[in-house]
Amino acid sequence: MLQLFLQLFPILILIALGFGIGSLREWRHLQSLSRRERQYSDMIVRNVKQVPNPESVEQAGLVSGEAVIATDYFKSFAAGLRNIVGGEVKTYETLMARARREAIARMMEHARQIGASEVWNVRLETSNIRSGSGRRNPGVSVEAFAFGTAVVRKQS
Amino acid sequence: MIVVNTEMVPGYTIREVKGLVQGNTIRAKHMGRDIAASFKNLIGGELKGYTELLTEARRQALERMIAQAEQLEANAVVNVRFTTSAVTQGAAELYAYGTAVVVE
Repeated sequence: MLQLFLQLFPILILIALGFGIGSLREWRHLQSLSRRERQYSDMIVRNVKQVPNPESVEQAGLVSGEAVIATDYFKSFAAGLRNIVGGEVKTYETLMARARREAIARMMEHARQIGASEVWNVRLETSNIRSGSGRRNPGVSVEAFAFGTAVVRKQS
Repeated sequence: MIVVNTEMVPGYTIREVKGLVQGNTIRAKHMGRDIAASFKNLIGGELKGYTELLTEARRQALERMIAQAEQLEANAVVNVRFTTSAVTQGAAELYAYGTAVVVE
């Protein structure tokens, strides 16, 4: 019994560490995301192909943003448990959402840098990156990539 | 060089279509970043090293695509798309393609 406990102890520590630090980091990330999204709330971001009023366009160019976000140990563990019984994996949902929102926020930052106020034909891509291998490191990282056409309008 | 992912360059008209242009690059991650990543997988958060690597790799794929377009004497690339594929476990290919056109 004691031996079993000693064997499980490091894993329990890792789960607690993952939950504690991971949740804090996630909370901070979400705070920074909503702050930046408010900052860029006046920017028009659409996934529509056609740019309206093309005659007033001064300049158009590709903008993009990407982010690679890692899971924490608690998230991986909870997802592993979910694999047994099936159902919705909430811990990974927030992970994907964070990666996508971060990629879009960076794309908007890029657009702002070149003086654009609109981004059209926005496309999103995701891929997962398996960092490390084997049982000891079950963690996955997700990558989100957002790109679109930024448009600078002529001053009227 | 105008690069957009819309089918037309807004505010311009396409005079001539030069053809498909493409650029790719294959990148491997290095060991140090991998170790940092496995640590991050315990506490969560952004893998800045990987983000930089991918940003840089996509920029290079785009540059190669633009170089091809310049060879064809185009002045714009429209309908740009990106794809990513895993070549081996540690290496990924980043690929950018589009249609080179002459606009005015």
